[in-house]
Amino acid sequence: MGRTITEKILAAHAGLAEVHPGELIKAKVDIALGNDVTAPLAIDEFEKAGAQKVFDPNKIVLIPDHFTPNKDIKSAQLCLKMRRFAKAQGLRHYYEVGRMGIEHAFLPEQGLVLPGDLIIGADSHTCTYGALGAFATGIGSTDLAAAMITGEVWLKVPESIKFIFWGKLRPWVSGKDLILYTIGKIGVDGALYQAMEFVGEVMDQLDMDSRFTMANMAIEAGAKNGIIAPDNITLAYVKSRAQRNFKLYQSDKEASYKTVYEFDAADIEPQVAFPSLPANTMPISQVPNISIDQVIIGSCTNGRLSDLRVAAQVLQGHKVHPDVRLIIIPATQDIYRQALIAGYIEIFLDAQAVISTPTCGPCLGGHMGVLAEGERAVATTNRNFVGRMGDSRSEVYLTNPAVAAASAIMGRIANPEEI
Amino acid sequence: MKIIEGRVWKFGDNIDTDVIIPARYLNTSDPEELAKHCMEDIDSGFSKKVRKGDLIVAGDNFGCGSSREHAPIAIKAAGIAGIIARSFARIFFRNAINIGLPIIECPEAVDKIESDTLIRIDLSSGLITDIRNGKSYRATPFPPFMQELIAAGGLMNYVMLQQRL
Ligand code: SF4
Repeated sequence: MGRTITEKILAAHAGLAEVHPGELIKAKVDIALGNDVTAPLAIDEFEKAGAQKVFDPNKIVLIPDHFTPNKDIKSAQLCLKMRRFAKAQGLRHYYEVGRMGIEHAFLPEQGLVLPGDLIIGADSHTCTYGALGAFATGIGSTDLAAAMITGEVWLKVPESIKFIFWGKLRPWVSGKDLILYTIGKIGVDGALYQAMEFVGEVMDQLDMDSRFTMANMAIEAGAKNGIIAPDNITLAYVKSRAQRNFKLYQSDKEASYKTVYEFDAADIEPQVAFPSLPANTMPISQVPNISIDQVIIGSCTNGRLSDLRVAAQVLQGHKVHPDVRLIIIPATQDIYRQALIAGYIEIFLDAQAVISTPTCGPCLGGHMGVLAEGERAVATTNRNFVGRMGDSRSEVYLTNPAVAAASAIMGRIANPEEI
Repeated sequence: MKIIEGRVWKFGDNIDTDVIIPARYLNTSDPEELAKHCMEDIDSGFSKKVRKGDLIVAGDNFGCGSSREHAPIAIKAAGIAGIIARSFARIFFRNAINIGLPIIECPEAVDKIESDTLIRIDLSSGLITDIRNGKSYRATPFPPFMQELIAAGGLMNYVMLQQRL
């Protein structure tokens, strides 16, 4: 019987010829990731267990990105704990403010995660790396602690769901819209415990940035991982970045899937996810007049260079609406620099946006743009849960960067075609 | 394994980790501090109302959202002794097992059990009993590997046993 790409990667890391959905396995990890919220808890567990050394100082990545640059004394304390641990353990991949980026944009950019890898991260959006044709999944701090000691993780082999996208993308539609549309169709638990595999002629054309956005939000449908088989676009992306060998896996033609969904791109407009679930989607043409107070363009979902490019394209020659604050956050230092060279930062400044150093910041209501009671934001982030960006009576609408930029100009949720 | 008995707090579907413990409090990992803010965005004062040993009964996809282990930690530190749900989000599920917070999937019990009811859960058999009317519901037991984890008292104890730390 044929096997899916997810099953093949898991089998290879469990040292088995093949694995089957439902099977519990122990698998070796290529990279284990933690951030300033989750790593300190893992470090506590690591120390409580009496462990002395991590299993491999080259395979653990620690990045302070959630509340950094440190937003208060408590956050500073958490970062300090991480920094000291990284030093004491001789971790090769600890990235300090000024040299870092939001973890899920940064790791692929630096070639730290590669096709065929098994990656776990104490952050739910670790599933982002599935866009490279890797198995990547979010775990908790205790899992991270155990993996730092043993180099292994226990996993249940997921069933796979195949999503086939046919046709051609409509104007202003990106990976964000494909994934929001998908989540809108299947619901926030539509892929619970399962692997989401994205294929089809639309995927074959899609750039890496959009692929990362799609895999990033697999967790928003409850999935264990999202995955896109590697092709020439993947190879072009990783070739110049990889510093170690990697392996390419593909699903067999006869592989079996729990469900197969087929979507026609002609049906997919830019999507808006209404509060307070990412599945609460509506095509932009049906969105009524909704005034807004803030727009966030950034995050591990849509803070990459092509996201800033499309935002700049919409904002060029326009000003942000007087009642709106536009906050733009390049996801990594490198993206920031490239946006500067390409002239996007100047367009943003001319439009009267504020541009931040890479940080998760407002995405999780941490800092750099927290919402007050009753305020409404359009955000290119991935979650719009109650209180996600601030007060529990504030609202978040999720969109792609083009819609976000258009909305910033119009002062209400707007279609980029209106600009 | 033990038997837990407690009063029920009922919640709906898709209770997410931002509601369980808002990110604005994630600049600490102190369980007592986290417990104070548990569920405050949907039920303000929840942590004050909960008595030690109470239970949560909830709908589909409980704990969806982030990987923050602060969520099960906050619930446990607030005094909640266990959770029954129609289904759990997978990272929350792992985290709860890993830190030794008993959680059980049982759609039938969720449909029938009301808020404020006193119930008993026998964790080894998966039997849930409504003490008021004597009705009982059976949950699917854990697979053997997970029972091993639970028996060891969570993942770290399991790892320590394996690594002889
Ligand atoms: S940008 Fe938002 S979703 Fe992404 S890692 Fe940071 S907090 Fe999580």
